[in-house]
Amino acid sequence: MSAKETYLWHHFDDLEQQHEATALGMWTFLATEVLIFGGLFTGYTVYRARYSPDFAVASHHLNIVIAAVNTVVLLGSSLTMALSVRAVQTGQRRKLLTCMILTAMLGSMFLMLKAVEYSEDYKENLVPGLAFQDRDWSPRGADPAPVKMFLMFYYIMTGLHAVHLLIGIAVLAVMTDLARRNWFSPEYYTPIEAWGLYWHFVDIVWIFLLPLLYLVGSHTR
Amino acid sequence: MAKHITSEKTYYLIFAALIGMTLLTVALSFVELGGLHLIVGLAIATTKAVLVALFFMHLLYSSRLSWTMFLSGLFWLGILLSLTLADYLSRNVMSY
Repeated sequence: MSAKETYLWHHFDDLEQQHEATALGMWTFLATEVLIFGGLFTGYTVYRARYSPDFAVASHHLNIVIAAVNTVVLLGSSLTMALSVRAVQTGQRRKLLTCMILTAMLGSMFLMLKAVEYSEDYKENLVPGLAFQDRDWSPRGADPAPVKMFLMFYYIMTGLHAVHLLIGIAVLAVMTDLARRNWFSPEYYTPIEAWGLYWHFVDIVWIFLLPLLYLVGSHTR
Repeated sequence: MAKHITSEKTYYLIFAALIGMTLLTVALSFVELGGLHLIVGLAIATTKAVLVALFFMHLLYSSRLSWTMFLSGLFWLGILLSLTLADYLSRNVMSY
């Protein structure tokens, strides 16, 4: 059987149309994802506009070093994801597998560092409801209530991002196994390209989370 | 869609630019910029996001249909932000 007979769904004219439709579908999904995160970003903006100084005090307790390292790790995973797509386009099987495994490993490394960061946050009493001391914040000129609000935004936004990354890694693992079984070829690599779009979107969300959560105000004080 | 294969060099250059901007934005948070932190941080983040979308997500070589969905996502986000903020940010102005 030719590649065309194997991969082409009956409701498409040709592979090009099928590829185009898949890309459009993924972009449409990502547009709805923009709104899921957009709701959180909007809520964050409303509270930050009102409680900016308290948000700055709270932000300075987050671990900026882990956040910076994680940004580099996630950008690296985006690079290897992009190189995966290139490798399958050019038919380099070995390179494709290496790049896909590297992408999944860098994604997992991000999540592990995030887990370390969450546990540090817990030890530093930064978890409202579980470990949080209202009296610690007044001497630093911050009102505990908006500090709690900032921290909840921090956990929900980074948590939702982490869930997205977890799904990203799981699907990538399945695709890596398919690639190992020679499922993809330079004629047919639509799923890898589409999943690359998702992966890069998750990266873009983090790119905005970094300045909004970790880099509020000057760290010189 | 004509299949476009980006060169490895382009990917590495974009990656280097992204890392450079990450280091810059983190370094700038240790400098006293007053109220400019938010603007600078968001400007750098937006530039990074555009680079990722154009090159890593191949938007530069994508069909107009993909561009349409990309821009509609941003447009809807714009509606969400502008209508919400038009309410909350004007509450202090209309003091009564």
